Amino acid sequence: MTDCILFATLFATYAVLQGNTYGGPSGKELFSLPFVLAETLILLTSSFTCGLGMLAARARNKRWALISFGITFILGAAFLALELTEFSRLVADGNSWQRSGFLSAFFTLVGTHGLHIATGLLWMGVLMVQLLRHGISQPLMRRLTMMSLFWHFLDVIWIFIFTIVYLRGAI
Amino acid sequence: MSSAKSSLSGMGSIWSYTTGFVLSLVLTLGAYFLVTHHTYIGGTLLAAIVFLALVQLGVQLYFFLHLGAEPKPYWKSLVFIFMAVVVVILVGGSLWIMANLNYRTMSPSDINSYIIHDEGFKK
Repeated sequence: MTDCILFATLFATYAVLQGNTYGGPSGKELFSLPFVLAETLILLTSSFTCGLGMLAARARNKRWALISFGITFILGAAFLALELTEFSRLVADGNSWQRSGFLSAFFTLVGTHGLHIATGLLWMGVLMVQLLRHGISQPLMRRLTMMSLFWHFLDVIWIFIFTIVYLRGAI
Repeated sequence: MSSAKSSLSGMGSIWSYTTGFVLSLVLTLGAYFLVTHHTYIGGTLLAAIVFLALVQLGVQLYFFLHLGAEPKPYWKSLVFIFMAVVVVILVGGSLWIMANLNYRTMSPSDINSYIIHDEGFKK
């Protein structure tokens, strides 16, 4: 919940600084909507497969749990890779966070979300190893629940990033 | 494969995850095509996609995070509502204050543009 408040402050900052492009490019010129749609669909699907993994784990089905979480991990990594290519393209074109207030706010907001995704992937990897080596147990179920909660929450935040940053930018 | 029907709330079933997934998919694609096909413009479009985002939020909260489906006491829902209150104050307050500051610190040229825009003068 406090993480949500953290993101809310970043959203507020972004909302305030949206127009401060300092003569530089605005969102409309920078964002490629099909690309962002791909990212969104990937993350949404990963949230779904994470839920499937939880169902499998609860049914004590170790194999399917590992497969589902594995797919979730791959989708999450794909999302991160896409996001990193977008960032590096922006910086290479000279539109880094130093270019304008708008870009500073953009990189902070979306970058923080990306960092959360990366940490979530690490967490997921660790739990998958635990699942592989020790099988399903009560403590592991609790950890998987926490991790899947975190992963769903990241998708929720992305809904708003998608809407407020990318779609609004293109209006 | 696991298709456990959950009689215990706070947990999911294959049905809830699939429904949530399909609904979120529809809402996301809906918002996306609203923007790319310019079905509405300007303020209406913004309101439309924000509405879709909020609906998707509700969908994901209910189907993925099982918020609102828990048995009493409603701790999860309560914590969430409190967080929502804090967020509204933070974000709404920031926007209000910054807009107000923006208005009060305009330079003379800004004031001219503002009056022209406000009164609808055509150049």
